Amino acid sequence: MILFLILAGLSIVFSLLVVFQRNVIYSAMALVATLFLIAVLFLTLEAAMVGILQILVYAGAIMVLFLFVIMLLNPGLLEGRSIAWWILGSLAAVLLLFALVPFLSDSGWLLPGQAPAGGSFGSPESLAQSLFTDFVLPFEIASVLLLVAIIGAVVLAKREV
Amino acid sequence: MIVDIGIIAAKALMVLSMVLNLAGVLGWIERKASALIQNRIGANRASIFGFAGLGLVNTLIADPIKFLTKEDFIPPKGDRLLHTLAPCLALFPALVAFAVIPFGDILVLADRTINLQVANLNVGILYIFSMASLSVYGIVIGAWASNNKFSLLGGVRGSAQMISYEIAMGLSVMGILMIYGTLELQEIARAQGTLLRDWLPPWISFLNPLIGWLPAWGIFFQPAAFLLFFTAAVAETKRIPFDLPEAESEIVAGYHVEYSGGKFLMFFAGEFAEIVTVAGLITTLFFGGWQVPFLMRDGFHFPWGGTLFLPQLVVALLQVGAFTLKVLFFCWLQILLRWSLPRFRYDQVMRLGWKMLLPLALLNVMVTAVLIVAWQSAPLKP
Repeated sequence: MILFLILAGLSIVFSLLVVFQRNVIYSAMALVATLFLIAVLFLTLEAAMVGILQILVYAGAIMVLFLFVIMLLNPGLLEGRSIAWWILGSLAAVLLLFALVPFLSDSGWLLPGQAPAGGSFGSPESLAQSLFTDFVLPFEIASVLLLVAIIGAVVLAKREV
Repeated sequence: MIVDIGIIAAKALMVLSMVLNLAGVLGWIERKASALIQNRIGANRASIFGFAGLGLVNTLIADPIKFLTKEDFIPPKGDRLLHTLAPCLALFPALVAFAVIPFGDILVLADRTINLQVANLNVGILYIFSMASLSVYGIVIGAWASNNKFSLLGGVRGSAQMISYEIAMGLSVMGILMIYGTLELQEIARAQGTLLRDWLPPWISFLNPLIGWLPAWGIFFQPAAFLLFFTAAVAETKRIPFDLPEAESEIVAGYHVEYSGGKFLMFFAGEFAEIVTVAGLITTLFFGGWQVPFLMRDGFHFPWGGTLFLPQLVVALLQVGAFTLKVLFFCWLQILLRWSLPRFRYDQVMRLGWKMLLPLALLNVMVTAVLIVAWQSAPLKP
């Protein structure tokens, strides 16, 4: 429980840093730290596979590409936004929160310690089992979606050659 | 309870110090090897009371003192915080990645069975890949924080190169994972203790007298995967022929051009720790890990008959010794590679990664999958 509080607190601090940093590189690094901390939270919930994949895919690959693009463009410090932007942004955030609340209450507010962690829960085998049986349709749709994105990127890049 | 925690702490400390010490010694081996290959006398300047000790004094005593007493220079227009953070980000993943590599089977001491591995994660090898993917940040952040065009170029090169080769590296070991059917490195090492004749399907059993006595090491099932993995792993450690991020002849020293003193030492140590980890991973996946051929838990069982029983402690020591020897061999191989090959051009690096290694790794996965299905008439697992 103490571990959870420390991790959750730290990830909240870092995610706030993502938003409030003026320097884009700092924002990106804070996002990396947040993703890493969330991965550790998964580890404490006995979901080692999900946690490691979180580090491997998000912290290790996607964020590196973010940094790559940021470093190529080198945008410098961000300017402060006007009040209207702040209000619009907060509104969007609140709407997103309301959209997410039903899912949270459906899952019954699990806390660490009461997680249904029995036997092979969270192991690569059980994860693969549910991916290829119960969730095979969403899984395949997601992969088709990624394929479309890749082909789209290739088409966009090809035009200039 | 206390004893258990103590055992885990002792194992972690032992592996950490082994990796760090080996990284230090590799610095010496690298100098001596380069001197040997280039036919000159190397690393013999520093001496204590006239004792140069093959240059060991140099690398193990004089160098650290020199590194740590140098001025720690931070570029005035650079970023202080990130400039300091970057070497830590480069060293940390390299040091912790070794935790899941087993260095022995089990050791029974006073009714207590000790698994000779720091952490037995059920995701095993994915943990190493995730740590390897984190090691990009040291380069990218260090390069950016230096506020130098050369280092920025090095950082951009480094991030693109490491992302490209990570994919080929991950896919190349898929075949091994499919054959042994697990992600746990300890399980993979254990499975390699059997003999090849237990694995071959009946329709090629006529080969048994010829190759059946060989241990079931990964290299015999996946020779192509070994070459692919080795290439991709060398590219991940950013050493010649893939050291484009630092390429002295083009961009001075790339991402660490603005680093000096202790911080440069950290980048350096991180590189050598990565060499040790790569050697450990190659050993575990393709060369039987801690297995000594024909050595079971109670002693040698030779396939041509005859057994030699050994006490448990001797067996464990033999296994740890074999693992260390294999790791040293592959460290030596990587250093040999660095001083034998010229550097690629950057477009060649990218072409090799995306147009050769990646398709070949995919092909290897497909061929392995087809063969496994074909062999399943006779179960592949013994």
